[in-house]
Amino acid sequence: MNKIANRKVICDVLMEHAKEDKDIVVLCSDSRGSASLAPFFEAFPEQSVEVGIAEQDLVGIAAGLAKSGKKSFAASPASFLTTRSYEQCKVDCAYSDTNVKLIGISGGVSYGALGMSHHSAQDIAAMSAIPNMRVYLPSDRHQTRKLTEALLQDEKCAYIRIGRNPVEDIYEEENCPFELNKATVLAEGTDVAIIACGELVKAAADAAEILKAKGISATVLDMYCIKPLDTDGIIKAAENAKAVITVEEHSPFGGLGSMVAQVVGANCPKKVINLALPDAPVITGTSKEVFDYYGLNGEGIAAKAEEALR
Amino acid sequence: MENLKALAYKLRKDTVNIIMAGGGGHIGGDMSVMEVLTDLYFRQMQAAPDRTEDPNRDLFIMSKGHAMESLYAVLCEKGFLDLEDVTARFSKFGSPYIGHPNNKLPGIEMNSGSLGHGLPVAVGMALAAKMDKRPTRVYVVTGDGELAEGSNWEGFMSGAMYKLDNLCCIIDRNRLQISGSTEDVMALDDLVGKLKAFNWHVISIDGNDMDAVDAAFEEAKTVKGMPTVIVANTVKGKGSPIMENKAGWHHHLPNAEECEAIMKDLEAKRKELANE
Repeated sequence: MNKIANRKVICDVLMEHAKEDKDIVVLCSDSRGSASLAPFFEAFPEQSVEVGIAEQDLVGIAAGLAKSGKKSFAASPASFLTTRSYEQCKVDCAYSDTNVKLIGISGGVSYGALGMSHHSAQDIAAMSAIPNMRVYLPSDRHQTRKLTEALLQDEKCAYIRIGRNPVEDIYEEENCPFELNKATVLAEGTDVAIIACGELVKAAADAAEILKAKGISATVLDMYCIKPLDTDGIIKAAENAKAVITVEEHSPFGGLGSMVAQVVGANCPKKVINLALPDAPVITGTSKEVFDYYGLNGEGIAAKAEEALR
Repeated sequence: MENLKALAYKLRKDTVNIIMAGGGGHIGGDMSVMEVLTDLYFRQMQAAPDRTEDPNRDLFIMSKGHAMESLYAVLCEKGFLDLEDVTARFSKFGSPYIGHPNNKLPGIEMNSGSLGHGLPVAVGMALAAKMDKRPTRVYVVTGDGELAEGSNWEGFMSGAMYKLDNLCCIIDRNRLQISGSTEDVMALDDLVGKLKAFNWHVISIDGNDMDAVDAAFEEAKTVKGMPTVIVANTVKGKGSPIMENKAGWHHHLPNAEECEAIMKDLEAKRKELANE
């Protein structure tokens, strides 16, 4: 089992590049430990900005730095970053068109027993609804590295949501196919298309294995790029399947499921089943316990797929 | 200096013309902030239409973005924009000249409109200038009613924390907001005491006195190790008794009769200051 969290990978990539690129600036809101960015602050104090527990200030300052030529990476718990400073994300980053990469750490239900205040189950919907904002939910550490490196090359704002704990590898260091804004096809099948994002891509891949043993072939898409959404990838997967299942660590409203349903409904209508968190405070537990409880695991997804095909 | 004093009244007239042509605007706050904007753009800031990409230029953010018409007048006078075009198209269908700052236009660094955004962004810009050892000074104008937004106080804290002596905040303290007196809506006083407690260098002046405004900016440039905030005590609607110190004129659109009287008052004052 992999022991390296995606947040640590982001820190590693930024440290590798910060040596050469003095315009990289990392900002935290008393969150350098939570974000695994303490090593960056120690190694590059001149390129680090602490703002205290003040997420609005965090994003505003990040935008001001970016407007002045810096590559701002603002890291804070996803729940606070996307809702406490939502307006700064909208006005100072997206509307003003500044190069701020918003790193939402401990996203979804990562904070488990800390409760709904710390969960971010609205961030996909909220951030995707902002014009000029991009939204990414990488699935594992290898993809997180590829994504971070790709985003270092452009000058537009983006929101990246990652979880708190290490997640199982889906890809390998030497085998991580990645094209920015294109979903990665993990499996190709003709019965059902499973489209997932973030930490639940692994569950989708597990479901495909379970279904395969039962003679059901599934396409699995790692839709790490929520916005811009890979609509061609969705249409291709849906056209080749009898039903579509979406899986996400998010509210059932306005997330990946809603977006996929829009694309499928407009282009190749068929049944779309959205597997997500409930529209309610989630049950107390670790991410795994919560996912298991709501059927957001290989068995749960496979069962829903079978049901959809009946 | 006399010319700038008269210029502020010429710019008030341009502002009123823009508002009348567009059929709306925030006339009260446009009028109160005019001496501050005029001194900034014509005496203080290193900013010019041919320097919009110069990393060493000074930066300005209009946090009270609704006073955009006054900034249009200033940007036109400075050559960033064309007054005839702005006046003809302000608030019209498809126009880039909207009621708040639009940074797709030359001379405008950041979009605003939602209050309480400018100061944190200015802190970031001033920090970047320090990091790069650039001579850039950053100026941000906030309203006073706007200070009820908590994000401003986050910005005051971080500006002091990072000792940003290249940052200057100007508070347009006209003591009125849309619902009435700032002290009745959400009291700010002792504002100077609050700002001092946040470790800023505080200068309190008559913000419609051009000499005092200019002296305050000169003083701010000499302060080391801390940012400066200028509390510009102004008169909302400054320039015509019809609108002075009246909360209702926050965004009142003058009727033809009112407009005529206002323009007459502004022109009389301009002439007097220009010794014409």
